[in-house]
Amino acid sequence: MAATQVVRSEWTKIRSVASTVWTLGLAAVVTVALGVLISWFSKNEFDKLSDNEKLSFDPTFISFAGMSLGQLALIVFGVLVVSNEYSTGMIRTSLAAVPQRGTFLFSKMAVATCLAFAVGLITSFVAFFLGQSVLGVHKASIGDSGVLRAVIGGGLYMTLIAVFSMGVATMLRSPMLSLGILMPFFFLISAILGNVSATKKFGQFLPDQAGSKIMQVVTPVDDDVPYGPWGGLGIMVLWVLVAVVGGYVLLKRRDA
Amino acid sequence: MIEAVGLTKRYGDKTAVYNLSFQVRPGAVTGFLGPNGSGKSTTMRMILGLDDPTAGQVTIGGHPYRKLPNAPRQVGALLDAKAVHGGRHARNHLLCLAQLSGIPARRVDEVLGVVGLQDVAKRRSKGFSLGMGQRLGIAAALLGDPQVLLFDEPVNGLDPEGILWVRNLMKSLAAEGRTVFVSSHLMSEMALTADHLIVIGRGQLLADMSVRDFISHNSADFARVRTPDTEPQQREKLTASLTEAGGQVLPEQDGALRVMGLPLPRISDLAHDADVRLWELSPHQASLEEAYMRMTQGAVDYRSTVDQRAGFLQELPPGAVPPPQMPVPGQGQPGWYAPPPPQQGGHPFAMPQGQPPAGPYGAPAVPGAGEPNPYAQPSPAPAQPAPAAAPDLTKPEDAR
Repeated sequence: MAATQVVRSEWTKIRSVASTVWTLGLAAVVTVALGVLISWFSKNEFDKLSDNEKLSFDPTFISFAGMSLGQLALIVFGVLVVSNEYSTGMIRTSLAAVPQRGTFLFSKMAVATCLAFAVGLITSFVAFFLGQSVLGVHKASIGDSGVLRAVIGGGLYMTLIAVFSMGVATMLRSPMLSLGILMPFFFLISAILGNVSATKKFGQFLPDQAGSKIMQVVTPVDDDVPYGPWGGLGIMVLWVLVAVVGGYVLLKRRDA
Repeated sequence: MIEAVGLTKRYGDKTAVYNLSFQVRPGAVTGFLGPNGSGKSTTMRMILGLDDPTAGQVTIGGHPYRKLPNAPRQVGALLDAKAVHGGRHARNHLLCLAQLSGIPARRVDEVLGVVGLQDVAKRRSKGFSLGMGQRLGIAAALLGDPQVLLFDEPVNGLDPEGILWVRNLMKSLAAEGRTVFVSSHLMSEMALTADHLIVIGRGQLLADMSVRDFISHNSADFARVRTPDTEPQQREKLTASLTEAGGQVLPEQDGALRVMGLPLPRISDLAHDADVRLWELSPHQASLEEAYMRMTQGAVDYRSTVDQRAGFLQELPPGAVPPPQMPVPGQGQPGWYAPPPPQQGGHPFAMPQGQPPAGPYGAPAVPGAGEPNPYAQPSPAPAQPAPAAAPDLTKPEDAR
């Protein structure tokens, strides 16, 4: 009973501030627009690719290229949903109303997660279809093997990024600190660690590196990644669980 | 009923609240007084189960807050009026709090009316004044129609009309049999609002008594008598004579005498009989604020120092006299607000515990009385009346 009350309240909270519309809207627009743009470039550049690169050409994955930037907006969404409570001081009022802190946190996350999943899934489908329409002759079809999994996986990936951010923000409380760590990590550090050969062994297990495997349909030719699409998503889920559990434990123990 | 037993809270090696025990009873407004940083808000947070006490416990109706069934319908609290998302309008703010506690939405419109914010219900709280924010916070506390209400500094930022409104609201809530616990650092406000007082300083209990007791013990009338500064022996002569007549005489920092227990005409007659000239004979009443200051002065965490302006001072031309430093009330003077207590005997504060033990008059019951008083130095130029006028400048609250 308490959970449904928190869910209703959190829905009111989330829809009554402008930042929700802005961050989720931005995530969708950036992901789709950048995906279309890169798809268009890829189509024009296709003939210049080497044979190996042509074999590795993955039209589905290319239409999701905008996600590298769009995920940043989802990180902001996830961070703000949680840390707004702390930066305003509402957390005290909220926890005084719901002394069961676990109920409070998980209901809050559930609402934000559902919203992020809805937006993520729509974004993923739109990015796929628009991207394919731009790719012309090189396009993939939704009926092709593994494509539907990749498109739904794109929505899951975006959702998990948001939930991970919520967990981290619950641990850190401060929006500036959370964003200051998450943004450069997902935008730069993870990409560098995952692509430099020296750190690749470790880097490929980072949440976004592992999770984005779900959006891949064509495996690159010289691919030596030790997990498949679902395995990669599983690794990401583990990261998310760690963040959420860490946030819960700290919230439970800490003075509000 | 709120009951704290041995409540202690430490943050690292800083003790915010130490061994606090008190009861807050229903049907009365209980004022919770203390200087800034004395642990009022920490205590309030512990009552609400937000902070875990290091030792001891606090219960509401016998339950710790986090085990209280349906807590938000039993307890309402205003902790921080600024704890609102500025981008959310007032009605939505209250609506999400109502939904959190399973309170129907129409109650939101009711409390908005109660606090007088119905016209700005759809305005973002970012644009609210501090007073409007306080009203919004009070509305949130009233949402669940709770039997126990906690307000942390509810009159901060309110205009006089708003202060009167809060005062009447507290009283009417208490009159309905609710438990009302209000923190404040304004004694004067609490004297008008509260029925009972709990005073803390540095996280420890200083007083737990009814306002009526507080007033009767601390607002003693007294007369200020000043004999010529030039003739200290006259002062001693008068002290002896007044004491003999049954008065209580205490020296003040500036050399005047504070006389209790004798009416003004009688003091004048006694002085005349003793052949002592008087420079001043004036009636005074120790304010509650004064009594409160005296009680908490040892427990003030943040005390200002005199602004030396060392870097701004210009080299004085040779032979020039530096301008006299005008004392500023409260700056760099421990015990500035510390007139001697109405009763003798080293008790810094009068608790209702029968007659205070009698002590030798003039004993250093005054905090800081042992030190030479910088403002009551033996006048270097005896004939000048200026030194006598100086104390009046420095004691604005007594000069009235």
